[in-house]
Amino acid sequence: MTNFNRRNVLKIGGAAAMLPLIGTKAFAKKDKVKAAFVLIGTPDDNGWNYGHDLGRQEMIAALGADRVETTVVTNVAEGPDSERVFRELAQQGHDIIFGTSFGYGDSMLKVAGQFPDVKFEWATGYKTAPNLSIYNARFHEGRSVLGTISGMMSETGIGAYIGSFPIPEVVMGINAFHLAARKANPDFITKVVYVDSWFDPAKEADAARALIDQGVDIITQHTDGPAALQVAEERGIIGGFGQGADMSAFAPKAHLTSIIDIWSPYYIKAVKSLLDGNWKEGSSWEGIAGGEVVIGPYNEKVPADVVAAAEAVRLGIIDGSYHPFAGPITDNKGELRVEAGDIIDDGEFWAVDWYAEGVEA
Amino acid sequence: MNVDLTIAIIITMVGASTPLLFAALGELVVEKSGVLNLGVEGMMLTGAVVGFAVTYTSGNPWLGIGAAAIAGASVSMIFAFLTLSLSANQVATGLALTIFGAGFSALFGKPFTGKPIDIFGSVFPPALSEHPYLRVFFDYSPLVYFSLFMVFAIWWFLQKTRAGLILRAVGENDHSAHSIGYSVLGVRYGAIAFGGAMAGIGGSCFPLILTPQWVEGLTGGRGWIALALVVFAAWRPGRLLAGAYLFGLIATMELYAKAAGGAFRIIPSELWASLPYLATIIVLVLISLRHKISSSAPACLGKPFIPN
Repeated sequence: MTNFNRRNVLKIGGAAAMLPLIGTKAFAKKDKVKAAFVLIGTPDDNGWNYGHDLGRQEMIAALGADRVETTVVTNVAEGPDSERVFRELAQQGHDIIFGTSFGYGDSMLKVAGQFPDVKFEWATGYKTAPNLSIYNARFHEGRSVLGTISGMMSETGIGAYIGSFPIPEVVMGINAFHLAARKANPDFITKVVYVDSWFDPAKEADAARALIDQGVDIITQHTDGPAALQVAEERGIIGGFGQGADMSAFAPKAHLTSIIDIWSPYYIKAVKSLLDGNWKEGSSWEGIAGGEVVIGPYNEKVPADVVAAAEAVRLGIIDGSYHPFAGPITDNKGELRVEAGDIIDDGEFWAVDWYAEGVEA
Repeated sequence: MNVDLTIAIIITMVGASTPLLFAALGELVVEKSGVLNLGVEGMMLTGAVVGFAVTYTSGNPWLGIGAAAIAGASVSMIFAFLTLSLSANQVATGLALTIFGAGFSALFGKPFTGKPIDIFGSVFPPALSEHPYLRVFFDYSPLVYFSLFMVFAIWWFLQKTRAGLILRAVGENDHSAHSIGYSVLGVRYGAIAFGGAMAGIGGSCFPLILTPQWVEGLTGGRGWIALALVVFAAWRPGRLLAGAYLFGLIATMELYAKAAGGAFRIIPSELWASLPYLATIIVLVLISLRHKISSSAPACLGKPFIPN
């Protein structure tokens, strides 16, 4: 008879924790994959988390429910608390675990080191490991399309960008938007307001009011909700854009178009590579060409020539003839940052901490 | 700064201040009766989701406001039962109420995310609400005028009525009030219900006048600012009105200054965001330095009443 004293329980628990490590081979084909998704919020946010969950559902539909089984853990806070969640999912025998927020990185790298046979996938991450890949989307490519529309449609020549935090991804979204707008209107000004939060709808709405009261007639936002768009509708300005998903239900008149995140191509690829036994450590950064960034339907009030110009930018990005950061680019302090004929390449992208000429930030 | 922009700033400022004003007025009455309810944020979230749901379903914002008040009062009764009837710790129970409100509103609000409603704006004719100058008086939701009326009503109730005097007596010296025959727990139940209703209405301001949608965590921590505001105002309704508009002005000016650019950008946005809390800390320091003001804190604040 076994005595359930503390030492025995620890021993049994330790042995149980090692179980997933037994009998797995690194490059074997699999009949069925158990995948887990860790979300920072809930799938009904109409934005970031919604996009990831939709990608998961489409991945199941594409591969078949007999070949992939998924677990979703919602509302997992970034930081140390997430480590527990990742470890638990690994112990439960998941083959691949997707962490869909930047702040899960440290926990994922740590748990990945302890479970070498479990694959980890870190969205918007910056560091890989033998069993940890990173994936991201080129959202800024969509901003070039929105900028083109704004430059052509704005009557005051002042657009706004409501941002969360001045991190490279947001800074580059602003630059892509502004540079495209300036191609249509060389005097275009982009006013930037940071609300210091990914999520504070009332503050986003007040930021939109502050901007509109100071001459802005077209608004784009890099936060997750439709709050700014609703103010654009209420005030009757030229418009705004959906971010992450189509938000036209919130602002039928002001919603000019939207940037939609599509994660299913990547999720299908990642899980399929595991089924086929050829998953590799890697870094994926697809955009409009790869189908991860999609421009939603245009509002009927967008004139035909503007739609044509926006589509030209979109197609130019796909065939490589349009680059969002093609030189010459001068920053807003007058310094020439990118020479004519040069571009900001993928390596330089993450180090940009300046705004293009005409951005008021 | 031109007149148009000044008027625009005032209108945005009043909108941002109104939910704070409602919630803080309610909490002021609760604290005057000697109870510290830290669950303001939870009651606001409950009011926000119920206000949204009823407005969305019925199409009538007045029904939404009424339902938000009832919902806020209902959840506050959980707190009242635990702290008054069972003499539970008020701080811990208040925090639990906030956590409960956050979870309940998220669960209840699930079917309502991603659905828009119309903003509950000015009911005055456009000649007044869109007039370039007069709109500074008329371009507001009826909720704004109601909040101003409540400032006066609460001041009048606390200072000029017998019932207000009893409520203050219960907050200052519960045992004396009890010994001369007043129902301490009865008064406090009433005050907590009123505070819950006001927090519920304050919460409903978010989907009705600020950003017409429901999402989890819509109030974004404003309940805590409302709590700070009560201390800032030294438990006086008139000063609370000034404080709420000051806090609203700070929050609004941050955004207008950022949008304007220029000299204002020297102030880091983190400092703007912390200003309401810094102001509260400064007032707390002043209160502890000046004995006169400190006497305005209800003497029985936060102490459970156990009749002997």
